[in-house]
Amino acid sequence: MTVHTPEQLAHEQRRYLQVFAWLVVLTAVELAVIYPHISPLAKGLMLVVLAATKAALVALFFMHLAVEKRTLAYIALTPAVLCVLLVFALLPDLGAFTRALTHATSVTAEAHE
Amino acid sequence: MSQAAVAEHDVGIEPAESPLTPESWGKLGMWVFLAADAMSFGGLLAGYGALRYGDPTWPVPKDILGVQLTAFMTFLLICSSVTMVEALAAIRQGDQRGLRRFLMLTVMGGMTFLGLQAFEWTKLILHEGQSIARNNFGATFFILTGFHGCHVFGGVTYLSAVLGRSVRGVAGAVVTAAVAVACTLGLIVVTSATLSGLVAVIAAAAGAGVVFLTANLLAGGTPVYNAHNNNEVEIAALYWHFVDLIWILVFTFVYLI
Repeated sequence: MTVHTPEQLAHEQRRYLQVFAWLVVLTAVELAVIYPHISPLAKGLMLVVLAATKAALVALFFMHLAVEKRTLAYIALTPAVLCVLLVFALLPDLGAFTRALTHATSVTAEAHE
Repeated sequence: MSQAAVAEHDVGIEPAESPLTPESWGKLGMWVFLAADAMSFGGLLAGYGALRYGDPTWPVPKDILGVQLTAFMTFLLICSSVTMVEALAAIRQGDQRGLRRFLMLTVMGGMTFLGLQAFEWTKLILHEGQSIARNNFGATFFILTGFHGCHVFGGVTYLSAVLGRSVRGVAGAVVTAAVAVACTLGLIVVTSATLSGLVAVIAAAAGAGVVFLTANLLAGGTPVYNAHNNNEVEIAALYWHFVDLIWILVFTFVYLI
């Protein structure tokens, strides 16, 4: 049971509106990033950073992780870390597999020609 | 802190309370659930990433998917997260009407999102020939956005239940949640049948209005939540913000990259 003083609540409300403004601005930046002709890698990196920043803003301020016990933040962060590991675990395997498959198909097609 | 203050402070704490979330076990339970749920989404996103990375013929998403519409849906979910924090702020000041009004607006945001998703899906399937079985692009797209949509549906029901519970306990929660489920299913059917985004928005506003009216009709007894007892609202808010957070990631990875 937490009782909040009016000052705390007013401060929280201002913070929520600031976070909302940042989320809207970052979404607009994301939309602006996808149209210009820049390398897909740079574009991808920028979008990942922007999305991670937005997700962090929601978790820290809307979900109050910034003021909760640190261990709760570790619980919340664990799946994110595991998922990044999962991506790196899957990439070489499936990427190489599918590329080999595509290569084999194109070689067969050329042979037929 | 003096000895007396420490003793007095200890009286209010149950011996078995969680040191992580001293105010409620339910909050810790929700966090553990969300961590597990995040792994489900993480697994799907990682699988999507691996399939896409390995396929040079993968289409550019923005050529097939309507980025403007989903950007608006993202904006809607962000707005509904704000109305959710406002609902919690309202009840922390003991403002019952504020709680109900902001919960209604949050439910409206969720319902509009679902209506627009029904519009998007129907258009993709019927007019653009996309399907879950056609290729890996369709499979990953429909599974990821569908799994998230189910979470939004769950959230709309959950928040409606909290709205009903705030006015009339468990019975209120059951009735309001049932009304929300019926309204949401109705709005999805109407939107898919008419294939109009405008219909989705109007139907969602009407659906949320019906849920709000139901809660107001049930009101009369002592309210369940107040300035001192509002943990259940906070726990529901955690779920809703998580749904918003996941959409931020899905939007970026599936629509933009």
